[in-house]
Amino acid sequence: MIETDISSQRRAPHPPAAPHAIANPARKTTRILLASLALITLYALATIAPDNVDLGVAGKSFLHNLDLMFLHPHLGQDTLAQLVDALARSIALALLTTLIGAVIAFGLALFTARNLAPAPLATAMRSLMALIRAIPTILWVLVYATVIGLGTEAAVVGLSFHSVAYLVKAFAESFEAVPQEKLDALRVSGARFGLVIRHALWPSVRPSLLSWTFIRFEINFTNAVAVGAAAGTGGIGYYLFMSSAFYFDFQEVGLIVYLVLAFAILLEMIAVALRKHLAKMV
Amino acid sequence: MAELTQFFNRQRWQRAATLMMLALLLVLPQWLLHVDFADALFGIGAGWQWLGKNFMPNQAALGDLGEILHQLGRTIVIAVAATSIAGVVALLLALAGAKTTSRLPLVQMGVRLFASCMRNIPFVAWALVLLFSFKQNDFTGFLALFLMTIGYLTRAFVETLEEVPRGVIEALEVTGARYWQIIGQGVLPAVSAPLMSWLLYMIENNIRDATLVGMLTGTGIGFIFDLYFKSFRYPSAGLVVLAIIAVTIAIELTSTKLRQVLAQ
Repeated sequence: MIETDISSQRRAPHPPAAPHAIANPARKTTRILLASLALITLYALATIAPDNVDLGVAGKSFLHNLDLMFLHPHLGQDTLAQLVDALARSIALALLTTLIGAVIAFGLALFTARNLAPAPLATAMRSLMALIRAIPTILWVLVYATVIGLGTEAAVVGLSFHSVAYLVKAFAESFEAVPQEKLDALRVSGARFGLVIRHALWPSVRPSLLSWTFIRFEINFTNAVAVGAAAGTGGIGYYLFMSSAFYFDFQEVGLIVYLVLAFAILLEMIAVALRKHLAKMV
Repeated sequence: MAELTQFFNRQRWQRAATLMMLALLLVLPQWLLHVDFADALFGIGAGWQWLGKNFMPNQAALGDLGEILHQLGRTIVIAVAATSIAGVVALLLALAGAKTTSRLPLVQMGVRLFASCMRNIPFVAWALVLLFSFKQNDFTGFLALFLMTIGYLTRAFVETLEEVPRGVIEALEVTGARYWQIIGQGVLPAVSAPLMSWLLYMIENNIRDATLVGMLTGTGIGFIFDLYFKSFRYPSAGLVVLAIIAVTIAIELTSTKLRQVLAQ
């Protein structure tokens, strides 16, 4: 209280004008960007109101369902064993696709990093990966579900595809961060490509590859749940879809959400521990 | 010499342990899932072939171009609006939750816990629960994107705000500046670039995810893809995919460029 009083007394009658910002492209960009985002948002808000839904009623029903979900979770159609098994399947799917993705991505990233591969090849690989990444995971899964049949295989191929494209970009950037001197030191001693990779590249990039792979594992877990719901490939996502869109049992949805949350928070704790461990490794 | 032997022995053990663990991580999922890898491998080539044969947009598909572009535009607008509003809310939450800008440990913990839960609640659950109450329209997609963005942005903003040096805040505190003056004149200008960068990244991500959210909530580009795909109008579905690719790559390039400018 007293502090504010003093400070308001101390203020000069005519506050000095704030010093002019140094002409700074970042600041100008920020302003233009904020203005455009605000405009788009206003336009969206003005045109978004649905004409066939009473928002008050819908909001109330939503809050009621949230109450059912989060405060009264229970088992519905399925047993706990079924749900835990489905969760384990989703985790397994995420694990498998991340590992497959990481191994393939490591190989491909060697041809994508500008300091390892010839420039035209690096550019071509980069564009191809950007193209694959631009296609949403769910489309890959749907396409493969059509071609090889609905099942785990479609989910594995679809999720791995996207993981590879994502990790190639991340890995290649990690490779490019390796100091050129390190690679050259081995090259001038006559080491072949494989030896340069093994003894100069690998030790320097190991921590960052590990942390990228873990990030992708978290993404793949989310994707595994989503794909199970949207493409019907099984796992906890499928149960989530059935309980909410088919049985309208929001209490079971709540229980499934808590199961997924428990695993996700465990993952987050592992991530924190991993990051500490990696910080020590460097 | 003994030390060296010990070192190599330990290294060998570590390598063996790592390999064992990797093998376990591969075998365990396979034991649960029984993936037929031959089938999967065959599928990769077949999938591309199938795409090339069926998804080529033809003359009839071009007739849907107007509708596709309209839905794509709506999707982008909604993704931008949902992310921007989530950004404003997340900024307020982050101010209350960051150690540098908040003095209430209990609130800090509360914000973190909230962000962590929101981040990890599967967005499938959000989408489906919202769909039940708000029915199939753009507003449902908007709410779903909003709810799934809040957690991510709050966490990112908290981390960004905590990187503001104490000195900046203390320097303003000793001049007698009030809380909002410190935030407005000291903290926000210091972090505006990384905050904007996060916002852009999330917009980019949300436009990518909008396809999936749209499939679940029956809105925007995801809905129209689902519609074409399920009614076997593959050339039109192919056109949707091409449109998504073009937009995603354009947004990724723009956002990367903008983030480079911001980082200066």
